[in-house]
Amino acid sequence: MSTALLHTGTHENQTSLAKKKLLPYWLLAPGIIWLTIFFLVPIYQLISTSTQTQGYGIGTYVQTYRFANFMDAITSSKAQLFRSFEYAFLATCFALIISYPLAYAVAFKSGRWKNTLLVLIVAPFFCSFLLRTVAWEQILGEQGFVIKTLRFLHIMGAQGHLTATPFAVVAGLTYNFLPFMTLPLYASLERIDIRMMEASGDLYANALTTFRRVTVPLSMPGVVAGTLLTFIPAAGDYINAELLGNPGTKMIGNVIEARYLAIVDYPGAAALSLILMVTILILVMAYVKRAGTDELV
Amino acid sequence: MKQASRWFSRNLIRIYAFIGFAYLFLPIIYTIAFSFNNSTKSNLVWVGFTWNNWLNPCGAPDVCNALGNSLKIGVLATFFATILGTLMAFAMGRYAFKGRSVVNILIFLPMATPEIVMGASLLTMFISFGFNPGFWTIVIAHVMFCISFVVVTVKARIASLDPRLEQAAMDLYADERETFRRVTLPLVAPGIAAAALLAFSLSFDDFIITNFNSGDVNTFPKFVYISAQRGLPPQANVIGSSMFLIALIIVLMGQFVGRRRAGVR
Repeated sequence: MSTALLHTGTHENQTSLAKKKLLPYWLLAPGIIWLTIFFLVPIYQLISTSTQTQGYGIGTYVQTYRFANFMDAITSSKAQLFRSFEYAFLATCFALIISYPLAYAVAFKSGRWKNTLLVLIVAPFFCSFLLRTVAWEQILGEQGFVIKTLRFLHIMGAQGHLTATPFAVVAGLTYNFLPFMTLPLYASLERIDIRMMEASGDLYANALTTFRRVTVPLSMPGVVAGTLLTFIPAAGDYINAELLGNPGTKMIGNVIEARYLAIVDYPGAAALSLILMVTILILVMAYVKRAGTDELV
Repeated sequence: MKQASRWFSRNLIRIYAFIGFAYLFLPIIYTIAFSFNNSTKSNLVWVGFTWNNWLNPCGAPDVCNALGNSLKIGVLATFFATILGTLMAFAMGRYAFKGRSVVNILIFLPMATPEIVMGASLLTMFISFGFNPGFWTIVIAHVMFCISFVVVTVKARIASLDPRLEQAAMDLYADERETFRRVTLPLVAPGIAAAALLAFSLSFDDFIITNFNSGDVNTFPKFVYISAQRGLPPQANVIGSSMFLIALIIVLMGQFVGRRRAGVR
């Protein structure tokens, strides 16, 4: 297309060429303005709020450049901060273990059902995120059939329960972000030239070696994208911890939400939000660098 | 022996996939089943089958008000995000220009930022500018976080186009504008439609950012969250189930149309 543009460009005069050079900026301008005002400026506001201290009256804060807010935030919510990354990491691992064979099956073993199965993978997305979480709460809860079956089989005692446990929170996180893992995995598996695998077989590699030395390395872009798309929202989530957990499973999202909306401690909440965001960005950059993919978007 | 193990491994992955899909759909099936539950107070235990919830989806207080708000916000946010995102996608997918990598980062950042950070920061800004959160602050927030997803989706479609099709149009004496209108745009259209569908479902389903920036305006996810504490009315299941079925039908129809078109060519 760029050659086509140049081709017609030569027939026209200089002013229209200059116009054409500006065209991408005109196309980008509305979106950039929107993202600047409603994404970058708010982040700046968040940074400036994070060093403020309580003024006169509840909910009024003045700028005092108090960087100790960050230390306060970390010391008071260390447990929740670590728990968030721990749960997010576990959920990402489980999602990868569940999704990889699923994406593999759809990409290579589904024949003419491929597109239908792909729709079915995305389909749970169409049902409200909160409704699905509430459904899990009820399926695993006291009145649900899972717990009744387990008790009937004497696998679980009368006191045992599944909801309000770390297990339920991690399971909820895993379930809710599963399509974010499966879709990129599928996309990169589907792109693999099947002849590569055949060539590996021709060179006397068995199925396992082919999978390990050919399929997995070629699907790495999907693994990187999928793990990031699962880890990031999981680390900041508080719905699963709220609905499926107990007070001992609170994540950093719960703390930020409570500080903002219930306690009205804006600087503390802002400091925690920034800590979360910066930690995630550092982890993402280190991970991407290690995995060796540059183009993210 | 080798053949037997190969047969097993081939079927193992099918069995595995079946279990995987069962796991994916269990809560959906549960939600749909309990939309038919003849429950009076909380929808926790199966009482009996009834059509009443489906015949009277607005039966629970405030549920349809919340649904209406979510639909209005979803349509508005989708409209603006799709336009802004598509324009950006054309710039990113079609032109070389200075500052490209900066724009790339600006598009990537909202996707790499946890929702709670975006929700909290937007609220901080609205408060410090003396803006009362409400209907329009939700729309603004939704447009913001949908743009990046629209850009990525449409850009992928643009990148997959065969440039020869446009060259052919030009060779047949179509000028640039006509080529764009008659060739490029129709080819990119499915990508734009997919992006719009994605934007709508992201907006309709969003809770965290909405919860921060909604003031006292209720949306459907907010309604579910609030009533989940004291028992969800079956009408919420009816609405969730119908949204699920409508979206599924739209996607399957899109696939069907796509396949027919591909068949004709």
